[in-house]
Amino acid sequence: MTVEFRELRRSFGGTVALDGLSLKIEQGELIALLGPSGCGKTTALRCVAGFERPDTGAVFIDGADVTRVPANRRDAGMVFQSYSLFPNLNVRDNVAFGLRVRRRPTSERHDRAAELLELVGLGGFGERYPHQLSGGQQQRVALARALALQPKVLLLDEPLSALDAKVRVSLREEIRRLQLELGITTIFVTHDQEEALSVADRVAVLKSGRLEQVGSPAEVYDRPSTPFVAEFVGTMNHLPGRVTGSTVEVFGQILPLDGTAPGEEVDVLVRPEAVRVTPSEDGHGFILASSFRGSIARLRVQLDGGGEVLADVPGHEAVRLAPGLKVDVTLVERPVLTAERTAVAAPVEPVG
Amino acid sequence: MSALVKNRRRGGGAGWLAAAPLLAVTLIAFGIPVAVLVIGAFSVEDGGLGFDNLSATMREPYIGSLWSSVKLSGVVAVLGAILGAFLAQAVLTSRSGLLREAVLTASGVLSNFGGVPLAFIWIATLGNSGVVTAALGLGAGALYNFWGLALVYLYFSVPLMVLVIAPALDGLKPQWREAAQNSGASTWQFWRMVGIPVLGPSLLGGGVLLFGGAFAAYATAAAMVGASVPLVTLQIADALTGNVLIGYENVALALSLDMIVIALLVMAVYLPLQKRSSRWLA
Ligand SMILES: Nc1ncnc2c1ncn2[C@@H]1O[C@H](COP(=O)(O)OP(=O)(O)OP(=O)(O)O)[C@@H](O)[C@H]1O
Ligand SMILES: [Mg+2]
Repeated sequence: MTVEFRELRRSFGGTVALDGLSLKIEQGELIALLGPSGCGKTTALRCVAGFERPDTGAVFIDGADVTRVPANRRDAGMVFQSYSLFPNLNVRDNVAFGLRVRRRPTSERHDRAAELLELVGLGGFGERYPHQLSGGQQQRVALARALALQPKVLLLDEPLSALDAKVRVSLREEIRRLQLELGITTIFVTHDQEEALSVADRVAVLKSGRLEQVGSPAEVYDRPSTPFVAEFVGTMNHLPGRVTGSTVEVFGQILPLDGTAPGEEVDVLVRPEAVRVTPSEDGHGFILASSFRGSIARLRVQLDGGGEVLADVPGHEAVRLAPGLKVDVTLVERPVLTAERTAVAAPVEPVG
Repeated sequence: MSALVKNRRRGGGAGWLAAAPLLAVTLIAFGIPVAVLVIGAFSVEDGGLGFDNLSATMREPYIGSLWSSVKLSGVVAVLGAILGAFLAQAVLTSRSGLLREAVLTASGVLSNFGGVPLAFIWIATLGNSGVVTAALGLGAGALYNFWGLALVYLYFSVPLMVLVIAPALDGLKPQWREAAQNSGASTWQFWRMVGIPVLGPSLLGGGVLLFGGAFAAYATAAAMVGASVPLVTLQIADALTGNVLIGYENVALALSLDMIVIALLVMAVYLPLQKRSSRWLA
């Protein structure tokens, strides 16, 4: 079961929500639609569900044009952001709702609901009402309900955004496990890049209603095709550099270029984890701030010549690398991406 | 719901104590009239107690007026609830903020509109020599009957229903409708399986409110129909003022007692229904 967006355009009054979005989602794939707020993720998803009709363009499910098919005849199960369970029905009847609509016998409805609730880890919860469940449990029920009719496509619109961090992580892993188990083609909308990178087969980055890049999490993270993607997926340092041939000089280091540079004076894009920080009495910068994140600590280093660099170091080094410490900054030797020089660049003396 | 119960438990004795003055006032304000009413209803001519007055209310013309009042209130409650709910839904989904505000404000005013002025408006438009009656060439007496009175009562009942149901309609989440559609439900299936059950408690409550309003209304009917539609409130007034016969004050009190009993019966039907319809809230 594939899903294809072909040249989708949709505007609401003056705002353009989708501006020619084209994307093909393969059979059994989990694709994450990632992008900042208002970039059209929900609108794209609602075009698949049938709640929204594109002004122009078409949506194909399994090769068939479904653009004009009403929402209640589409074969796509959807999980909403929150509060979508029917409050007057208990968990079992919520899950079996679609079967009741199709007038299936009670016994079949109950069996199927029990089976699905087992699948999402809510075996004994059939008799409860939605308000008696936690947010995470509610979303599991919503997931079970979306799967009840064995849809061709599963649509998830930020299903975890109303949950707290810990539940979010465990539930997203469970969604992924289920998705692999059922082999169901899934579109997962999120504005959380970590979420997208951790569960998806492919990540599609949207910007202003258009596809910016689509690729595996590693591709999108390591080889962002535009500065926007580089910026949005993960964190990027913009460091001033000077290009000579196929190399670029940055902080006195000569690094190989990845791709072609947009000019001579450029911004070199470097991930925080590719920045090394070493304590040094006569270092060219000092640690401005440090935020501990468990396995890593993110340091903000103020350079003597002006400008700042973000660096990720192992968490256990956070104590040693405390704010105020004089340090040297070096970059990991690997090909780097460049972007057009932005105004941020300050004159930087060679470090190290 | 459960929060309320919890509070009550936690409150214990101190909670009651704080509410005691209010309870006392309530008891006096409601208790004394009820006591007077009950005693009067059971007082017979020779100064003793008996069922004479009550059994009189079970005979014509009183029993007919009681029944006619119940019928009128029932019709107004059911029609008012349905029309009010549809009107509210239409207004709330119209997307026009202005229309919404206008209708809700108008409902606030109109739901309190009653008595002689309301009767006058209708007499002036649809009465025997009313503007509309004359313009359309309708026959006389179109307004002065059971259905005419029901129409006039709906004039304040529908807006009242709009006010009662609007917040409940606002509370229907758009996701519910979409989730239903997503599971293959048609619009009607959504309303039958989700929308109406969720609105159930509010619809019922609104209906009971309309019933009570129509049941107790007096001035409008008195000004409009006089005796042509027998209503229990009109009968009570007649008996109290000795309009028709003198010495019937205690029958008036017995009729009032009948009204209280009917109101209690309505509650006896309403409360279990309410409980059932809001089972999922508990
Ligand atoms: N029904 C609507 N009426 C008017 N404008 C809308 C409607 N739906 C979406 N829009 C606009 O279209 C644009 C895209 O909206 P959309 O909901 O698809 O964004 P999104 O990527 O899902 O954002 P978020 O991450 O905040 O959910 C936004 O500017 C939004 O304001
Ligand atoms: Mg959205």
